[in-house]
Amino acid sequence: MTMQLRKTIARLSASACLIALAAGMPALADTPKDTLVEAFAIDDIISLDPAEAFELSTAEITSNSYSLLVRLDPEDTSKVVPDLAESWTVSDDGMTYTFKLKPGVKFASGNPLTAEDVAFSIERVVKLDKSPGFLFTQLGLSGENVAEKARAVDPETFEMTVDKPYAPSFVLNVLSATPGAVVDKELVLSKAKAVTPSAEYAYDTDFGNEFLKTGYAGSGPFVTRVWKANEAVVLERNDNYTGEKPKLARVIYRHMKESSAQRLALESGDIDVARNLDPNDLNAIENNPNLTLDSAPKGTIYYISFNQKNPNLAKPEVDEAMKYLIDYDAIGSTLLKGVGVIHQTFLPTGQLGAIEDTPYKLDVAKAKELLAKAGLPDGFSVTMDVRSTQPVSGVAESIQQTAAQAGVKIEIIPGDGKQTLTKYRARNHDIYIGQWGSDYWDPNSNAQTFAYNADNSDDSPLKTSAWRNAWDLPELSKQTDAALLESDTEKRAAIYEDIQRKVLADSPFAFIWQQVEVAGVSNKVEGYKLGPTFDSNYLTNVSKN
Amino acid sequence: MAVIDATEGSGRRRARFLKPLSGVLRFAVVILTTYLGLLAVTFFIGRVVPVDPVLAVLGDRAPASAIARVRAEMGLDLPLWQQFLLYLKQVLSGNLGNSVLTSRPVLEDVMRVFPATLELATFGTIVGTAIGIPLGVLAAVKRGSITDQVVRLIGLAGYSIPIFWLALLGLVLFYAKLHWVAFPGRIDVTYEYTFTPITGMLLFDALIQREWDVAWDVFRHIVLPGCLLGYFSLAYISRMTRSFMLNELGQEYIVAARAKGLSEQRIIWFHALRNAAVPLVTVVALSYAGLLEGSVLTETVFSWPGLGLYITNSLQNADMNAVLGGTIVIGSVFIALNLFSDFLYRTLDPRTRVK
Repeated sequence: MTMQLRKTIARLSASACLIALAAGMPALADTPKDTLVEAFAIDDIISLDPAEAFELSTAEITSNSYSLLVRLDPEDTSKVVPDLAESWTVSDDGMTYTFKLKPGVKFASGNPLTAEDVAFSIERVVKLDKSPGFLFTQLGLSGENVAEKARAVDPETFEMTVDKPYAPSFVLNVLSATPGAVVDKELVLSKAKAVTPSAEYAYDTDFGNEFLKTGYAGSGPFVTRVWKANEAVVLERNDNYTGEKPKLARVIYRHMKESSAQRLALESGDIDVARNLDPNDLNAIENNPNLTLDSAPKGTIYYISFNQKNPNLAKPEVDEAMKYLIDYDAIGSTLLKGVGVIHQTFLPTGQLGAIEDTPYKLDVAKAKELLAKAGLPDGFSVTMDVRSTQPVSGVAESIQQTAAQAGVKIEIIPGDGKQTLTKYRARNHDIYIGQWGSDYWDPNSNAQTFAYNADNSDDSPLKTSAWRNAWDLPELSKQTDAALLESDTEKRAAIYEDIQRKVLADSPFAFIWQQVEVAGVSNKVEGYKLGPTFDSNYLTNVSKN
Repeated sequence: MAVIDATEGSGRRRARFLKPLSGVLRFAVVILTTYLGLLAVTFFIGRVVPVDPVLAVLGDRAPASAIARVRAEMGLDLPLWQQFLLYLKQVLSGNLGNSVLTSRPVLEDVMRVFPATLELATFGTIVGTAIGIPLGVLAAVKRGSITDQVVRLIGLAGYSIPIFWLALLGLVLFYAKLHWVAFPGRIDVTYEYTFTPITGMLLFDALIQREWDVAWDVFRHIVLPGCLLGYFSLAYISRMTRSFMLNELGQEYIVAARAKGLSEQRIIWFHALRNAAVPLVTVVALSYAGLLEGSVLTETVFSWPGLGLYITNSLQNADMNAVLGGTIVIGSVFIALNLFSDFLYRTLDPRTRVK
């Protein structure tokens, strides 16, 4: 019996060896020369329609495949530069903007791009009123008036009228956001679906929303060929593009979530760029001679906030004490290494008026003193809602440890992103650790959420971050409003500097760091450069050797 | 196989004719209530999850008016039971609704992600069964020996090592160091946009289209995650095989067979294993069904766009149409596999045929 069994085993292992040998055949060559393969967590995409998409990964895809009137100047992001618009003027009353379009621009479909297309693109953002709808409605455009307020004067002239004499820098910055991308009116209307108007939606067409969710109708350097949810996005060179044509024929964003898996695939040459790397893997890539790291600070700010509905946290001394109980240095040098920089003000570096003050550091004695002044010499107990992703949960644990040194006992409630956010939006948290990415590259976006709360009641129509922490700040709110109407750009910047200093000194927000986006790049890739914002990660100049 | 005993009386024959009918009825009731229960439980759990579904549709920055509009559009302002009835009505008319996250019909989504999981789970089950059963038999035959201990250890490791860690380890070794297997995803980018799948099970598709180089590439992609899942089910299957075999080997008919002078190999593989096979079918079917739910961790590590990843992602975003759609598919898989193992039972065990 044993003999025969042994034979069976021998036979089994022999065939196993054969399989192993067969599998050991040489691997296929690397990624094709004209194709860039990027590993990127793209599970945040819900739509590719510029009037609906408002996620970080879609910002990059839209800005590479559509044209806009103006774009941010990558050299100095407090300014804008022309894209489709050759030039523009602002009327004396500061309310009418006239854009002259570059002649001869064509969509990827071959249709000519005219001011009609620009007007239509803005009309659909306003009428569809999806997440980015507020970009234009905040300028006084509405479903009823958009046709007259945003209109084509002639094929090469587009005119937009806003409801207040806003700072021109603000209006132009709003137009540089990807929801302002210009879509091919003729193509989109040919794909539009009829809908029955209802109380919620007053129009009889979907303005091509269903088509554009997965489709494409732009004029950018790349064409979006396909989006497979949680799988891949494929861009191809737009041969009808009027500007400088991309060097690559194809860019594939492959959905990969795991940092270590991305690193392995990058090291093995199956991807050219890895976009979601943890500090651990960054180290390994830095030491690999075949790979390089590229990084750029982005507009996302991470902070912890203290709900003023909690009686302990409502005391200003307690909030200040908490700011002294964060070990900024340790967090910056370990947990955020390569993926973030310590930043204590609410405007990200690179935005108009941003300041770099960092007055806070870990100071337990000072915190104890402040707590004693607040009548809590022995500290108190409090909860913190934390999303279970790195580096956020690591930072939360660090704060938990340092706060305990002053007797503040923090209980961490872990949850996924949507869960903690739902609680935060309902003001049911004590301490929340969160992130805020500017909706558009203008200081008003952050000022309006961190230094503005017009109505602190539970059913306020505008639920800003200040509202979410029940922080009533009438004076600062007025100042934020005033900054929006300041037509002199330098004066406007000065107002934001002042607001930031006030928020820094006295607010229920402790801003901790600014995100740094980092990518591991294969040395075969040339010209890869992360931009200062998510919509300026341009791919046109990228090539492979 | 199912030969009817022709010598029996006509009365019994009629009774036997009626029996399957009531069986079908009973079966239909069981299936219907199973689905209803499944939907109800998933629906209500989904609704008490502390995530606002509107958040998934509109994101965090939408104004209050848009939020109210979408809440009404999604029917979320209605009482819970009314929402459930509306959903049932929709499902009965064959419409699983649209996924919020992918903006496509759930049915289409599921048809897209399920073949990926089906292919992986089938691969894993074949590996797990082909290796697990012989290992289990070996362990039972050599009970208490070193071989038995080794098999036990292999099984225990498969059970207790987190598959996530094992997956990364496998990638480091077989992919990054040895270059034996391919990664990431199911197919190389070179083929991804030139090869047209038919069923969505790429290995199968490539083989029937005689695209040998594609098939080889797909095989290199599936072999590591497939073997990992295989190892995971092997752990369970080998343990169960061992205990079933021990039970059979202690039976009197084995002693009788030995007394008749049959070879030990014949006794083990043809007599004992054949009898142990009946409960084993259930074990294998259950482990297969388990893999078909989609292994979230494996799918995450290998960027495998399967059902597990789809449902988890949908659940985290309170995309309830997608979660319910996925649940219906998993429910159907369990029911189908139960039926199939019942059928196999009948084929393998003559006693279950006539009763």
